[in-house]
Amino acid sequence: MASHLSLGNVILGNLMVAENIAFYLIAAVMVFAAIRVVTTRNIVHAALYLVLVLAGVAGQYILLAAEFIAVTQVLVYIGAIVVLFLFGIMLTRAPTGKMDDSNNEQRIVGAGIAGLLLAVMGYTLWKAYRDGQFGEMQVQRTSDVATSIFSTYLIPFEVISVVLLAALIGAIVLARRD
Amino acid sequence: MILNQFLMLAAILFCTGVYGVLARRNGVMVLMSVELILNAVNINLVAFGAYHSSLGGGLDVSGQVFALFVIAIAAAEVGVGLALVLMLYRNSRSIDVDDIDLMKG
Repeated sequence: MASHLSLGNVILGNLMVAENIAFYLIAAVMVFAAIRVVTTRNIVHAALYLVLVLAGVAGQYILLAAEFIAVTQVLVYIGAIVVLFLFGIMLTRAPTGKMDDSNNEQRIVGAGIAGLLLAVMGYTLWKAYRDGQFGEMQVQRTSDVATSIFSTYLIPFEVISVVLLAALIGAIVLARRD
Repeated sequence: MILNQFLMLAAILFCTGVYGVLARRNGVMVLMSVELILNAVNINLVAFGAYHSSLGGGLDVSGQVFALFVIAIAAAEVGVGLALVLMLYRNSRSIDVDDIDLMKG
């Protein structure tokens, strides 16, 4: 049946099907979890659904063959930022059970604006990148990222470390009790 | 895989985040929605980077490096944002962003 195809092409084709299945599975989980983040009445549940979204983003990075940023996503977002959110929830003594009015009366207008934005962005992107087909995926190794950061993007990298330092000092000064 | 599936996923995440920023009352939940927006942007950056290098013409990791910068900025933003929410809670015993209307004329 597939006699005109070489074995390598068959394997590559199956791999692409597998990639697509993985993409749509992860994407479905991510979209569901993202909608729950903005609609759930329980603030701790919102933080835990956010973990699901962030883990899904890390999975998409793996599918895009970007390993370093996938690991960074897990370390920084799931490891640090979500914990920071949970600390914020506890320190502000938010009602950890269900809240009756977690969304305000702007929710209808907000949903309309978000839907309009989605329609405009979706239509434009679909039209602009209709024939954007990935070629053979190139693995973006950690060493390549390191070379790029410490040669081409050295000055932005240094600037960003200063920004991070300033932000953390600012956060300490703001949150300090005196 | 096609580029558009990643772009559409990112667009859905972005719009969900925009809805959250507009509709949420709790300050911490508004910050969570901002995280959704930033992650959508990161997916776009990495997808375009991978697309560019998969078309031939050499490996290009600029998309990944930019996404790393966005992650660093997001960490700084969450730190300062949560400190602000804590200050708000300490001063007014409430983190409902609809109640902050001291500067309203």
